Amino acid sequence: MTMKKLSTLTALTVILGASGAFADCGISAGRVSILSNDFPALQAMAAGAAECASATVAVSANQTTEHRDIQVAALTANPAEYTSAIVANSSIVPLMNEGLIRPLDDLIAQYAPDLPQLNRITIDGQVMAVAFMANAQHLFVRDDVLAQIGASAPSSYEDVLDVLAKIRDAGMMAHPFAMNTAAGWNLGEEFVNMYMGFGGELFEAGSAAPAINNATGLATLEMLAALNEYANPDFLTFDSNATQALWESGELAVAYMWGSRGGAVLDDENSTPVVTGNTSLIAAPTVGGGSLPASTLWWDGFTIAANISDEDAAATFQALMHGLRPEVISANNNAAVWLMDGYTPGAPAAGVAATANAGARPYPMLPYVGLMHTALGNELAQFLQGQESAEQALADVEAAYIAAAREQGFLQ
Amino acid sequence: MPHRTFLWFILPSLTAMFLFIAMPIVSVIVQSLFVAHEQVLVTVENCGPFGCTQETRVDREATAALREAQPLGRFNGLGTYVNRSHLATAELAQAWQSRESLGQFLGQLMNLPFYRALAFTLSFTFIVTPLVLVLGLAIALGVNGLPRLLRGPTIFFSLLPMIVTPLIGSLVLFWMIDAQGVIGATLQILFDDPNLSLKASPALTWLTLFVYGVWHSAPFAFIVFYAGLQTVPAETLEAAMIDGATRWQRVRYVVIPHLMPLAVFITLMQLMDNFRVFEPIVGFQAQASATSLSYLIYSHLRGDVQQFGSAAATSVLTILGVAILLTPVLIRTWRDFNRKRA
Repeated sequence: MTMKKLSTLTALTVILGASGAFADCGISAGRVSILSNDFPALQAMAAGAAECASATVAVSANQTTEHRDIQVAALTANPAEYTSAIVANSSIVPLMNEGLIRPLDDLIAQYAPDLPQLNRITIDGQVMAVAFMANAQHLFVRDDVLAQIGASAPSSYEDVLDVLAKIRDAGMMAHPFAMNTAAGWNLGEEFVNMYMGFGGELFEAGSAAPAINNATGLATLEMLAALNEYANPDFLTFDSNATQALWESGELAVAYMWGSRGGAVLDDENSTPVVTGNTSLIAAPTVGGGSLPASTLWWDGFTIAANISDEDAAATFQALMHGLRPEVISANNNAAVWLMDGYTPGAPAAGVAATANAGARPYPMLPYVGLMHTALGNELAQFLQGQESAEQALADVEAAYIAAAREQGFLQ
Repeated sequence: MPHRTFLWFILPSLTAMFLFIAMPIVSVIVQSLFVAHEQVLVTVENCGPFGCTQETRVDREATAALREAQPLGRFNGLGTYVNRSHLATAELAQAWQSRESLGQFLGQLMNLPFYRALAFTLSFTFIVTPLVLVLGLAIALGVNGLPRLLRGPTIFFSLLPMIVTPLIGSLVLFWMIDAQGVIGATLQILFDDPNLSLKASPALTWLTLFVYGVWHSAPFAFIVFYAGLQTVPAETLEAAMIDGATRWQRVRYVVIPHLMPLAVFITLMQLMDNFRVFEPIVGFQAQASATSLSYLIYSHLRGDVQQFGSAAATSVLTILGVAILLTPVLIRTWRDFNRKRA
């Protein structure tokens, strides 16, 4: 072998090596089109999947916070507009109801036989989604503020109220608390979390009949009102972006926020070292003497559309698994609480892990829970503004839910 | 113009109106009379990262069979219109019978989503529309009195609120009125109240939305009136001046009567636009304190479960509302038209 030949061979190897990403996916042909929410963890996954693009494999992604509103229509088309929808506990339900996603058992057996049981969202014996990250709302606390008033990290909401009273009495902060209470979906979620913490059930067992208009519901509303006494009066407009900004500006001492914000809160952007250095992520508190944290656990996972060819389904499954391979996960370690190989739980994951370990329940995957969530989000604001009683608010939620559930055929 | 020519002339727009306005309205009306099928529920075991639970789900095959038999859904007649999410006739009757005072009945009324939305929508329409007319005329008169050199730039800046997309405009104002924002912080200093927040109380939220509505629409009235001002006959104005009319009397007795047809036009447009108020509610995150009929429709169609029947019924009620609002103005225009022809 002459030197010239050798160098040609080396060059060829380099080229092959550079295109190794294509070869790794092992997809011969197909269409991969992803519909998902828009946050850093999902962007990393989509970028990983996009590496599988080649002359015969088309990869595209639509990442939007409005994904839930278009997913049913987009997957109803035949062939479906997107070959995969990235869903969570609640948003998989409408896709299931309409039969728009396919069972993944055959694809898992062929391409990912080692996928742990943990990741397999199994419904009635069939794997319908592959979960890859977990999320939950939990407490963020400022250690320096707690130290100044001589308090330890609160483990119950009663402790939280105690801490907040001390902070206000000490004149340190006028509004030391915040949670995601924007009227609408966020507010509904806070009710569900607190209500679960009190051990409540949203529905009567085995039926779509509502079960929130009771003493547990009242206690839930009273606790939400007591907490928001310590929140900025604008609290009915607070979504995740607003509470994160408040936290990073150092105006809060205790906040109840999504774990997925942990990475962004703890990094050194948009905040000061005093705030980031003293922020601890701890479990969601218990409430009313209960033992379970007042929070619900969420998973994010991928599904594959039913109305696409087997070739596209196989290509999509392989590309998404490629986007979730250990190198991608470890490179984006702090972007989420991953449920995949390659993840090393760090400080941003501490709150979600503690909440899950303390036994928080998953958000219910019921076909009618979305209607209840909407009713809660729409009808509770007036109570929190002090315009109506807790009893009236719960009666309103119940009536609004029943009207909607009748219309959707869940109740007669 | 011969009738035949006229027909050919308007045929394209008639066809477009039939396809894109009449047909969708008919489809919405039909949709509003139906509700979703009865959902057949089964209990199955769900497993995930957090363990297994017994949960209810929809039996898809059984529900699909029902849907196959009746693709439109179950016929519900006017049921959707009278349920609690809309006209709430049963709740209203009960509230009326059990009322202790008129105030208490009104309180119950405002507790129902449709009436709460209607109250804000009507308040917005009837407060913003006249203010837009008055302010638009005032700006037009002011600009018309400026030296010619300054008019161009002034007109451009006066039009800005209308040029800015409503959603962007309301978001910009939303951030400015934040307690940390330039307007919010200034107000707190002016009123010496560190807890003053335009976003917190319903009354202040309504006020903010009204101010936004006027700010956004006044340029429209201004530019129409300004165009009208260029056509005011100079002879009449001079005659009035010779008769010793003050500036106010000239405006009152010469300019305003001349601009009246334009005022009717602006009123029509503003009534329609303001009755459909939507973007500022989203932009200002005001849904806790203020909802409108358009916002209700949006809210029915959002989220994990889309309620098409509800959205359709609210849409039809909105169309009826616009029709009722416009009737007096249209009758007036029709009479004027007939008088002129006679």
